[in-house]
Amino acid sequence: MNIQAIRSKAPGLMQLFGVICMLFGLLGAGALSAQVDTFEFETTEQQQRFRKLSDELRCPMCQNTNLTGSSGGVAEDLRREIHRMIMDGMTDQEIEQFMFERYGDFIFYRPRLRQETLLLWFGPLAFLAIGGFVAFSISRRARKIDEDETVLNSAQQEKLQDLLNSKG
Amino acid sequence: MGRVKYFFPVIGFFALALLLWRGLYLDPKELPSMLIDKPMPAFELSTVDGEPVTNTDLPDQVFLLNVWGSYCLPCLVEHPTFMRLSEEGEIPVVGVNYKDETNLAQGWLETNGNPFAFSIEDGNGRFGIDLGVYGAPETYLVDANGVIRYRHVSVLDETVWAEEFLPAIAELRAESVQ
Repeated sequence: MNIQAIRSKAPGLMQLFGVICMLFGLLGAGALSAQVDTFEFETTEQQQRFRKLSDELRCPMCQNTNLTGSSGGVAEDLRREIHRMIMDGMTDQEIEQFMFERYGDFIFYRPRLRQETLLLWFGPLAFLAIGGFVAFSISRRARKIDEDETVLNSAQQEKLQDLLNSKG
Repeated sequence: MGRVKYFFPVIGFFALALLLWRGLYLDPKELPSMLIDKPMPAFELSTVDGEPVTNTDLPDQVFLLNVWGSYCLPCLVEHPTFMRLSEEGEIPVVGVNYKDETNLAQGWLETNGNPFAFSIEDGNGRFGIDLGVYGAPETYLVDANGVIRYRHVSVLDETVWAEEFLPAIAELRAESVQ
């Protein structure tokens, strides 16, 4: 295909691109429209806690969706349980503990800080430290080479001067 | 040190590659059960036939707890294995009818046969949450003291039975003899 041919196809491609964008827009809208339950709360604070908890807990059945966005049977049940526990006056910590006892670390999008999750939390920091150390030592060595080999000592200065003089 | 340190990036690369290679073969769907070595959660429900049932009704020997539903196709796949186990009297099987409707569950048992000593009816899935269930079928191995010792998620066919359950059950039975 030569350039001319590509150009003549360009309007078609642009249209296709537009359609794809629109499709993604629709998909996005679908993902955003969370499962609507008709839970009733006494205060907006309770409602916000419910939303936060179901946003941060992961649906055990469907891999990569939070409870808010999942239509899975177990997610529906867990949302109902969260609602019940909030209305029973349980704290967020107690609710998270309830989930942990049944579904383990899997349920948390933000894993708890435990011995098993130390590497997960601080692994990236360790890698950053290693990388930083390597970068630092390389740059220090480079500077040392700069200073050692580009600054002339007095004998070398004299010789340089001689050379310059003899030329002039 | 000396020249050795020039090999550090290569060694690092291979270490990381090995780690990620292993990661390719992990099953992200495998969700370790939190209830292993914990007692069966307490329940006070009724069976699919409408009889009241609690923890005291559970067999006082090693038994299987199978989570099933009439809507669940994989349950039909593993069904012949449970039928065989119950016919041969190898091990008692207790059912948990998970998020199902009573009449559909009864119909399913009538059509396909009933391998269960009884089926605990968990219509709203509340007992399932206590068990850490996330979808039928799941099968738990419970010891004579009512402590959960093993969990298998998805279909329990003859291969899984022979490779995972038989050794585990032999171990539990040897334990209870001592």
